Amino acid sequence: MPPDTVAPAIELRGIDKRFGMVQACRGVDLVVRRGEIHGIVGENGAGKSTLMAILHGFYQADAGDILVHGTPAIIRDSRDAIRLGIEMVHQHFMLVDRLTVLENVLLGAEGGARLAPGAARAVAELARLGDAYGMRVDPHAHIEDLPVGAQQRVEILKALYRGAEILILDEPTGVLTPQEADDLFRVLRALRDRGCTVLLITHKLREIMAVTDRVSVMRAGRMVAHRDTAATSVAELGELMIGRRLAAPPPRPAPRSGPALLEARGLTVRDAAGMERVKGIDLVLRGGEVLGIAGVAGNGQGELLEALAGMRIPSAGEIRLHGRVVFPGRGFNPAALRRQGFAHVPEDRLRSGLLRQASAADTAILGYQNDPAYRGRLGLLSPDGITAHGARLMRDHDVRPGDPALRSALLSGGNQQKLILAREIERDPAVLLVGQPTRGVDIGGIDAIHQRLLACRAAGKAVLVVSVELDEILALADRILVMFEGRFMGELTAAEASEQRLGLLMTGVTQDALT
Amino acid sequence: MEILDAVLPPLAATLRLATPLLLAALAGMVSERAGIIDVGLEGKMLVGAFAAAAVASATGHAVPGLLAGVMAACLLGLVHAYACVTLRGSQVVSGMAINIIASGLTATLALSWFRLGGQTPPLPPDARFLPLVLPGTEALADIPVLGRVYGTLIGGQTALVYLALALVPLSAYVLGRTRFGLRLRACGEHPAAVDTAGISVARLRYAAVLIASVLCGVAGASIATAQGAGFQRDMTAGRGYIALAAMILGGWRPWPILLACLAFGVLDAVAIRLQGVELPGVGQFPVQAVQALPYLLTVILLAGFVGRTVPPRASGLPYIKER
Repeated sequence: MPPDTVAPAIELRGIDKRFGMVQACRGVDLVVRRGEIHGIVGENGAGKSTLMAILHGFYQADAGDILVHGTPAIIRDSRDAIRLGIEMVHQHFMLVDRLTVLENVLLGAEGGARLAPGAARAVAELARLGDAYGMRVDPHAHIEDLPVGAQQRVEILKALYRGAEILILDEPTGVLTPQEADDLFRVLRALRDRGCTVLLITHKLREIMAVTDRVSVMRAGRMVAHRDTAATSVAELGELMIGRRLAAPPPRPAPRSGPALLEARGLTVRDAAGMERVKGIDLVLRGGEVLGIAGVAGNGQGELLEALAGMRIPSAGEIRLHGRVVFPGRGFNPAALRRQGFAHVPEDRLRSGLLRQASAADTAILGYQNDPAYRGRLGLLSPDGITAHGARLMRDHDVRPGDPALRSALLSGGNQQKLILAREIERDPAVLLVGQPTRGVDIGGIDAIHQRLLACRAAGKAVLVVSVELDEILALADRILVMFEGRFMGELTAAEASEQRLGLLMTGVTQDALT
Repeated sequence: MEILDAVLPPLAATLRLATPLLLAALAGMVSERAGIIDVGLEGKMLVGAFAAAAVASATGHAVPGLLAGVMAACLLGLVHAYACVTLRGSQVVSGMAINIIASGLTATLALSWFRLGGQTPPLPPDARFLPLVLPGTEALADIPVLGRVYGTLIGGQTALVYLALALVPLSAYVLGRTRFGLRLRACGEHPAAVDTAGISVARLRYAAVLIASVLCGVAGASIATAQGAGFQRDMTAGRGYIALAAMILGGWRPWPILLACLAFGVLDAVAIRLQGVELPGVGQFPVQAVQALPYLLTVILLAGFVGRTVPPRASGLPYIKER
């Protein structure tokens, strides 16, 4: 049948959703044709996830209509959605770690009070689906023993087992290596070719271009454009997403490699449970360069960063700052390091970068509160001085809204990060460590933060960036170390690095095997 | 034969004493596997014991008493479920509140209804669960060893003992092999996964708390109308907490929980046996030392010998959709 005579798989008309003061979706219209891969892009907070949660019955819309296969539908909860053949693969998997693959697939679709008959059917069906789509998994494996990519396959198999006709995937590639993502796209194409409708939510424009047939763009709760993927471009989508033209990044001058400012030798770090997460790594960070540490989340980057910043005591090894040994040694702690021209923007800003309940001005002096500059006459903290300092910092670094009395938690992710970065850069440190510089930051903010970091590099500072976003590593780093299970798999220069090479190193393939 | 005389009565006592522990520990297990911590086992048992004794005393029959005990425990369970599931309150606080209410309420009601200083009247045999004589006891009585074992250990227990023992394989089967069990386990680990699978988390959790309450009611009835002959103030005497310890030792699994309860039952039986025994040089045997052993044992075993037992991941956490 030609597409026009078939009712669309999903049609949304005038969907509104409000959470308290925040209007997450306003008058959203969307048509998803049957049997295509439809992408939805937008910045963080644009309303994509809310819209999909409404479609899957997690929230209910305040107003608007949902039509599924041309029939008006009321979706009150996930049960209704499942009955309509709508299944969702959530960003944070809805899998029970301690149960087996089979048990997870059966949950909610057991087929009777006793498990045994349904289980036998499910094992056969999983094998069939696994063969059909090239994603075999052992039905008796426990989820906690499976790598992330395999867990995601279980999520998709679970959806298919329940008879999904419309599959929603929310930011599915965030946890995957590029190779795993390619694998996922292959599966999605196979699903489409067999008549399944796929909705792909992402903020990565390249994925939209690679796999979708059509794409819709959301901005600030509204649907701003619909395009055939073949007739659009990354540049156009980017503009639609942020509502203005993105300046092309200026070419980077070659690094002026200065003296080694931070060195680590044989550094070994254990986590709270005693597991060795960093296994004897060596690292040299020079002035005037950006060193990027890439890797799939959870391969020891976080522990390494905390150890270098003095937040976690390494179990072995040596750390030198400006050539002087700071570990092992007395006074290895964040405060002491800060006094030696060292600054750190932690990975998890809500946990260790700021105090949610404190004002923006207080966040702006956090860690430097003992500086006499903020003291009044009796040696007590001076509120006026702190507020004035906060206001100035927010103005200089374009933190919006520029109200120093605002609670830190009420700033957007991007503005929180700008404020923390401003605080750390203000002291003119020689060494700057930044964890996940733009996690949860929208495109406009990403650009500003990247420019700021490159300015530090141009000023001769030594910058270490840990990021799980390959785009970010490629945009910033002069040298790239890839971390896998606590070790560096290899070092690439910016010129040598490509997504493919980095992706392979991230999965544990050694550099020797690459050449 | 002398060995049998020395060994069989304490073993029989072990089974008898382990019964309320086992019922309560299984109750805790069902509740926590669904994600609701149940510190209120003690209170629900106590209320169950009081209601069972009061109704048994009024009607002169044990079974109405049992039903009353179950009902009373279920009422408290509903309060717990409402506080924890519907209002998403703190489960430990709610459980402790139930314990305190139960202790005060039972004593007050007993005092005003029976005017016996907080007790119910002593129950006549008809109003109690009595040891059953199993068929064939007579026939086997003359066979040397088997006859004695069959008569005093396997037989000669109350119906509630057999019920509690039967619940171990039953609950293992339900947890592992049925739809309800699968949903229950998933609910205690990752309730959002249950919700997105189209299953109501709240209904599952209410069901689990109610099942736990039924078991607590039976446990209470067994204390007041099978082991004892009437209700006494605070007669559960911390068994609810020991049951929690047995549940943790057993790693939230039925068969290991049975083992833990039997171990605690042995200690209880030994403590009773040693009451009043004079030790040379020490005087009266300090029974409290034995009674403290379950707690000590739990701490020591959990500290290292049995390895770390992992509780259901979402137990104690109210289920709240994001935002």
